[in-house]
Amino acid sequence: MSDSKDLLRAPFELAYNYKRSNGPVMSKFFEALGEQKILGTKNSAGKVFSPAAEFDPETHESLKEIVEVGPGGAVESFSWIETPQHHHLIKEPFAFALIKLDGADTCMLHMVANCNEADLSIGSRVTANWSEVQEQRITDIKFFALEK
Amino acid sequence: MSAEDTPKDYSESPINLEYFYTAGSATTRFLNQVKEGNIVGQACPKCKAVYVPPRGSCPRCGVATDIEVPLTDKGCIESFTVVHIPIPGNPIVPPYVCAMIRLDGANISFLHLIQEVDIEQIRIGMRIQAVWKPKEEWTHSLENIKWFAPIDEPDIDVATLRFQEL
Repeated sequence: MSDSKDLLRAPFELAYNYKRSNGPVMSKFFEALGEQKILGTKNSAGKVFSPAAEFDPETHESLKEIVEVGPGGAVESFSWIETPQHHHLIKEPFAFALIKLDGADTCMLHMVANCNEADLSIGSRVTANWSEVQEQRITDIKFFALEK
Repeated sequence: MSAEDTPKDYSESPINLEYFYTAGSATTRFLNQVKEGNIVGQACPKCKAVYVPPRGSCPRCGVATDIEVPLTDKGCIESFTVVHIPIPGNPIVPPYVCAMIRLDGANISFLHLIQEVDIEQIRIGMRIQAVWKPKEEWTHSLENIKWFAPIDEPDIDVATLRFQEL
């Protein structure tokens, strides 16, 4: 039997560079991000989903009515990342947060940055900060920052 | 710009996982031999089945396969697929052949490439031998073998490839 220190060990990288079909509703959501707008979809009872959903997960209703939400919102929950890893997009300490945008009834998972952990709490008001280049991706929102 | 005029149908969605693979003691012993250009399987002390690449235990008997069995780099094609569809990022130009290789003396097969072959001629039971990279390029990898190529020997009896009951 080998000593565990004699065992071979090697780094591996598994990468898939695939394209995702957005569908009719998410296409509009991503297009709008390119214009620095955040969209949601509204069901027949008036509940607004943002990020836009194609179907209501509870009633299975097809969602076609588009409404604009945000860009401000409130932190519903967050997880503070004190030591970002190399794959994180933000290199300073930041939070992954569930953000309920103004006008929406569901939460968007995004990042809250440019603040200290002590400044952030559930209910904190935040607003979208946009990336320099718009690529019609969720990262067009660079992060959310505390409202001044 | 209206969203309806120019629907964005697709978005790039790269997935990237980085991790470390730690070979167990059986695979470490195997790969240390592969680095020297040797293929060494491991035999079950109970049922005598020879496993290559070895995983350290016999799935039939549930015992450690601690008997090392040096094998040749010759064998036969147990099964094969002709690949016609290019896979993004794969440098091998189709059509090419992936085959399960059963080395002489082994009871299981492993996946490798077959080259230097007329695809029309390829068949189960065909005799093949490893084509190695130059020795200075050898690492702890079965990629030390560039591919397997047919050799001028009569096909083996396909019945011998069937699962052998204990």
